[in-house]
Amino acid sequence: MRLVRLAEATAPPVLALLATVVAFALFLLAAGADPLQAYGLIYLGAFGTWFSWQNTLVRAAPLLLTALGMALPAQIGLIVIGAEGGFVAGGVAAIAAGLPLAALGLPAIFVLTGMALAGMATGAALVAACGALRHWRGVNETISSLLIAYISIAVCDQLVEGAMRDPASLNKPSTRSLPDALMLGTIPGTNIHLGLVLGLVFCVLAYVFVFHTTWGFAARVVGANARAGRLVGLPVGRLILIVTALAGMATGLAGMVEVAAVQGAASADLAVGYGYTGILVAFLARQNPLAVIPVAVLMGGLEASGGLLEQRLQLPDATITVLRGLLFIMLLASETLQGKLRLKLRPRAPRAAPEPVRPAQAGGA
Amino acid sequence: MSGIGWWGVPVAVLAGAIRVSTPFLFVSLGELVTEKSGRVNLGLEGTLVMGAMSGFAVAWLTGSPWLGVLAAALVGALLGVLHAAICSLPRVNPIAVGIAMMLFGTGLAFYLGKPFIEPKAPELPALDLGAWSTSPAIRSALKVNALFFIGVALAPALVWMLRNSGIGLVLRMVGDSEDAARAMGYSPRLVRLAATAFGGAMAGIGGSFLSLYYPGSWNEGLSSGQGITAVALVIFARWNPMGCLWASLLFGGAGALGPALQAIGVTGFYHLFNALPYMVTLLIMIISCSPDRTLAGAPGELSITR
Repeated sequence: MRLVRLAEATAPPVLALLATVVAFALFLLAAGADPLQAYGLIYLGAFGTWFSWQNTLVRAAPLLLTALGMALPAQIGLIVIGAEGGFVAGGVAAIAAGLPLAALGLPAIFVLTGMALAGMATGAALVAACGALRHWRGVNETISSLLIAYISIAVCDQLVEGAMRDPASLNKPSTRSLPDALMLGTIPGTNIHLGLVLGLVFCVLAYVFVFHTTWGFAARVVGANARAGRLVGLPVGRLILIVTALAGMATGLAGMVEVAAVQGAASADLAVGYGYTGILVAFLARQNPLAVIPVAVLMGGLEASGGLLEQRLQLPDATITVLRGLLFIMLLASETLQGKLRLKLRPRAPRAAPEPVRPAQAGGA
Repeated sequence: MSGIGWWGVPVAVLAGAIRVSTPFLFVSLGELVTEKSGRVNLGLEGTLVMGAMSGFAVAWLTGSPWLGVLAAALVGALLGVLHAAICSLPRVNPIAVGIAMMLFGTGLAFYLGKPFIEPKAPELPALDLGAWSTSPAIRSALKVNALFFIGVALAPALVWMLRNSGIGLVLRMVGDSEDAARAMGYSPRLVRLAATAFGGAMAGIGGSFLSLYYPGSWNEGLSSGQGITAVALVIFARWNPMGCLWASLLFGGAGALGPALQAIGVTGFYHLFNALPYMVTLLIMIISCSPDRTLAGAPGELSITR
């Protein structure tokens, strides 16, 4: 029975995926490219070889965390889309903490822990601010999170070009770099940095928090019906703060990983859109932290294959962005089928799927 | 700015208030009409970028900037129709669709706009109100684009339309109570489709101003959140078109402060000054919103304020 329900709940996203494949094929035909060849290249670039698998997983690592930046607040009925700001600010905070710690000559594990704490604290503050504004001032969290993201990216740009600038970075301002010895390592035998492990752990912890703790249950009650939550005496304000702070920690940690494992320093290159792709991942995973894992791998694969499309078929680099946009729209449109599709196996149940989370509730009440 | 030194700052801010405000004005007036019908379109950021790209492309290919503006309006209306069509399906969240349209619109614009990054399209005409002055700073400040005047005229026209015309009445009724509208025999779905298409067209025009007048070229960094800021601006303006006009001028001035200070050599806080419109928006939203009551003037069916 559970399997039937699971199938019913996943059928609409799968249909959306198929519709996207068809629509994007038409788009490719219009662009004068061979869709079959393009899909073959996407597969090759994403999952075709061990090399492309590693590339895919490296790109999936930050998405695991930024997707939680959206999926966790969705549990409590908030649509927060400011993960990009938490990501960039988390990265800058991490390097700001990491450089002095490194100068003290501390071992790598302490430096990295300090960086992670700084990144998570900064991200938590930024996203929790949206939650607090929503609860105590009634400010729409979707808009405020985006505004806070723009502002924090501007502040970070200012820091990177001003107070924290490495005088040696002439044409492209950046901060000083973390010594190589202190960088976050890789999984032995691969090129995949440990950020992937951090992301996986965070996703599992978030899942346990949401579905197997009292706080998580209370948050989902508030998300389904805020008034009911208040009537049964749930501390709505505190729950919102906890959930948004956790979401912010995830985005800030993603920024820290990007600095500590990939770029080594903070620069304008931090804002490359992992935060925005995370939104898509969260929606595709229907805001379920565990489902975020396969979806992030899928999206990481799409990103990884972009270069191959560009090289072999001379398609612009925005092609993958179009594909993602199409997928996103189809997916949201498929929400209308949720609960409508019934497999013939069982007698009519009063309600269809268990409905993990319905983001449709957000913005209301 | 060199001729008049520090006086260049207020002059440039005034000029910027006029120049930078035009896209804000168009997007916010369009979103106002959409929101009056009880629907929020967060996808206007994507519409704006698509409008900028298509307006530039058509102007460059045909040689006529006004055809570009028309094309941008059409493309914007199409994106609006797409948004409204998806939102009219049951159990689809309009805010999420808006986010998706934002990503889709920008992605499509970057994809289609690749060939148009290099060339220079014909510019929209401007009126030279500063011809009397000998100072080049003042002359360039008072060179006002025709679209600005159209936007300024549109604000009171919308006030009149919303208050007095049959269309305005139906629009407000759908926005305040779906049931009442249905009882009167109007289809909320169709009214919202039209209102969202109008909002999209206006956002498209706002985008074409970016690529055809100021800054006046097409590139991928053209819009930096004007679309989303304009959505917040409607809330700040309390769903009053004249409020949108004043708010747009305020935002334009705030956005022009950074470049103006840079022109006279104050370069220290360039990025912070650029973020000034967002800070102003956020501050105003914090001050003007309240957790206990719906905002005065908010349409009853609007999900973003409930």
